[in-house]
Parts: sequence; C-alpha cells; structure tokens
Amino acid sequence: MAGHSTTHVDTGSAWGGKVSPFNVSYGKMMMWFFLVSDALTFGGLLISYGFVRHTTEGAWPIGEETFEALPFLGHGYPLAYVALMTFILIVSSVTMVLAVEAGHRMDKKGVVKWMLATIIGGFFFVGSQAWEWSHFMHGTDWGSVELADGSRAIVKGHFGEFESFTVVEAGKHHKKGEVIKESSDELYHHFREAVLAGHVKDGKMMLHDGSIVTWKRQADHEVKLIVKTDGNGVALKKRTVIEGKDAEKKYWEAVNSGEKGRLVYGANLLSLSEPNEYGPTQYAQLFFFITGFHGFHVFSGVVINILIFLGVVKGTYHKRGHYEMVEKTGLYWHFVDLVWVFVFTFFYLV
Amino acid sequence: MERDDIYEYSLDTHHSEEVGKKIRRKIWVVTAILTVITGIEVAIGGMVHQDNPYWYIVKWLFIGLTLLKAGYIVLTFMHLGDERKVLRYVILVPYFIFIIYLIFIALTEGNAVHSTWTNYGG
Repeated sequence: MAGHSTTHVDTGSAWGGKVSPFNVSYGKMMMWFFLVSDALTFGGLLISYGFVRHTTEGAWPIGEETFEALPFLGHGYPLAYVALMTFILIVSSVTMVLAVEAGHRMDKKGVVKWMLATIIGGFFFVGSQAWEWSHFMHGTDWGSVELADGSRAIVKGHFGEFESFTVVEAGKHHKKGEVIKESSDELYHHFREAVLAGHVKDGKMMLHDGSIVTWKRQADHEVKLIVKTDGNGVALKKRTVIEGKDAEKKYWEAVNSGEKGRLVYGANLLSLSEPNEYGPTQYAQLFFFITGFHGFHVFSGVVINILIFLGVVKGTYHKRGHYEMVEKTGLYWHFVDLVWVFVFTFFYLV
Repeated sequence: MERDDIYEYSLDTHHSEEVGKKIRRKIWVVTAILTVITGIEVAIGGMVHQDNPYWYIVKWLFIGLTLLKAGYIVLTFMHLGDERKVLRYVILVPYFIFIIYLIFIALTEGNAVHSTWTNYGG
C-alpha cells in the first residue's frame, strides 16, 4: 500500500510499467479517456449544427426569438428559462464537487448530503428540459405564417384570447345560433385544428362536427411579422419586419384564406420535410438530437449518481478506504455540465 | 488477493480539514464566477440583437466567455488543473487539434454550400 513517498515517480522507471506516469488510478484515467471520446461526439454534433447553419445563413432561427417563454408567465422573457436551466446544472455540478471534496476527507455524512443534492438538481434539470421540449413541439399561439407573396414570417406579439364561438350553421352537436363557451385554451385548440385542416375561411370556421361558427376574441397586441425567407425559401439578404395593423391584416388574411399549410405550429412533427415554426427543417432536428443526446447523458448521469449514492449510504467506499467512485461519477457529471455550457452558447446565444 | 506490485493511487488523494476548507472556498468562488458569467451572457443576449452591426463582437465575446466557463469547470471542478502535467496534455492537446481542424473544415464547407445554393439554386 502506497503513501505519499512511494508514489513519487522516478522518471527513469516511469514508463517501465510499474508506476503510472500520470499518477492516477486506472479507473480514473479510463474515465478521462471516455470523456474525451464523448466530448468528440458532442463536438461533432455541435460542429454539424454550425455547418448546417452556415448553409442557410439568415434563415436560421435566433435563440432569443425562439426561446422566450416561461412556465405560467407566458412570452416576452428571452433566454430566461434556459438561463435558469443552466443555473440549475451549474449548482448541481457544485454540489457534486463538494461531495468529492467531502470524500477526500472521508466524511461520509458530507458525501451523502451533497450527492443527494446533486441527484435532486439532476432531476430538476431533466424536468425543465421536458417542459422545454413540450413547449418547443407545441409552438406559440401564432405559429409561423406564409404571406401572400409566398414568403414565410415568424410572428411575435400577444395573441388575443378567444371568448366564444357562435354557431351560424348547425352540425352534428351544435344548433344554429348556439353560443359555445369554453375556456379560451379549449377554444383556441379548436381554432388551431381548423386552421391546420384548412377549415377557416373569411372569418368563419368549421368545427369537427361540421358546424360552422364565427368567433369572438380579444384584440391582438404588438403584432410583429419577421420575414426571413423569400417565396422560394431562400434567405433574404436582410430580414424585413412588418409591424402594427399591417402585420395583423397580413396574418389574419393568411388565416382566413382557407388554404392548408399557410400556418405552421411548433416543431411540426407531422412531417419532417415541411418547415417548422422556427425556420429551416434541420433546426428542429438538430434541436431534438443535440439537446436530446445531452438530456440522455443527464438522465444516465442521474441513474449512475443514484447507484453510487446507494454505495455511499451502504458504506462500501468507506470500507474501501477511499471515495474514488464518487470522484469518477463526479467527472461524468461535470462533463454533462460542461457540454451544456457549449450547447447553451451555440444553440441559444449565438 | 492483495497485490503489492502496483501502487494504489486512489488511496493517495486524501486531504485534511484545513486543506478542505481552502478547496471549498475555491469551489464557491468558481460558483460565483460561473453564475455571474451566465448572467452577463443572458443579459447581453437579450439586449443586443443579431442585426446589430456590432453583433460579431458580442458573438466572439460569448465564445470567449464560454471557453472561460469551460476552463473553470474542467480545471477546478474536474480537478484537471491538479493532475500531473502529462495527463493534462494527453487529454487536451489531441482534442483541441482535432476540434479546431473540424471547425475549420465544417464551417468553410458550410459557407461553400451556402454560396452554391445562392448562386446556382437549391
């Protein structure tokens, strides 16, 4: 068994096989080698993101325009949510390194405490990513819109809430003249279904049961159309922004056209070859692949942390005389944080 | 079976309470730095739009801050700064050589594809 004096590396025999020239255990070195290979995978993914982005230039979505929603609070908070996610992951990385430090002092209680905090932080991160995904798939109330000249615009602003529908032509379930009062979310849901099916025309829409209704809703506010691509889907040299009444008019003109496909909502999972709400097709694909692959790492990291945590509680590592297993799983956990720092920058910031 | 022909490096990493105190202080300082950097990034990201003529400065600032954050995480949280120099370089040098090459080749190619599509149609 080695103490400090015996691990001194004699440079003459360093490569002779008896001592590690790296002065680390086999397991730790292999963890590092694994992390290097995993970092190359993530590097490759992010670089392929850069490649695709450079092929589309101005048409590519911008982080602060795409990610500006918070749970319960709605829209208008650019990057706030993802900043929160980043903070959660950084904090859980800190608690992990504190667990490692406690392990170096053979402080079992400290390791238990900090590892538990790390696991909780990991669950919080996975949970917030689930919300982020669901929001990304669902899209905004507006969707993106194909204007009369064939160009496509993303839409910003406050979407006026639906108050009620009035039946003008009877269907299976509704009589003529009936006023349908449901929550604004439910009414909006019917509206989106009708838009996607091409059942909205000239201020009237057909519901599932075949009845035709008009709607009453509150006014829209601060509507803004941001046009990034021309009629052929090619990026404009400079994006154009249409605001105010003109924007409202153009948007609702497209809604009331009765044509399918003028509006696209969210990640458009129905057809991968069609555009998504945010921009080029590849955007949503890369989003799901990269954040998904990272999320999978977080999830597996949480599982590994739980296994090691159980070992700590049982006292396995204390008996062994060192907490290197905590250190190794810690390396993996920090790596997950490290990758997120880069995903945060290249997916959300620039 | 106990082997005496290899060194048990794992046993060699213990430290005392005093050293631990210093390490913990360093951890909290790095935590504060990482949080502040993230806050700055989000604030600038929300304020400066990509249409801004100075956007490219902000972009490089973001990339610089990211590398700074990554440096703190790798060197302090992952303790690579405390490892032997040779291990540090075995990990970092091949990675950076390959990644820099890949960035160069992929972005150059991306720009070329873009100009092909613009000039000759997609």
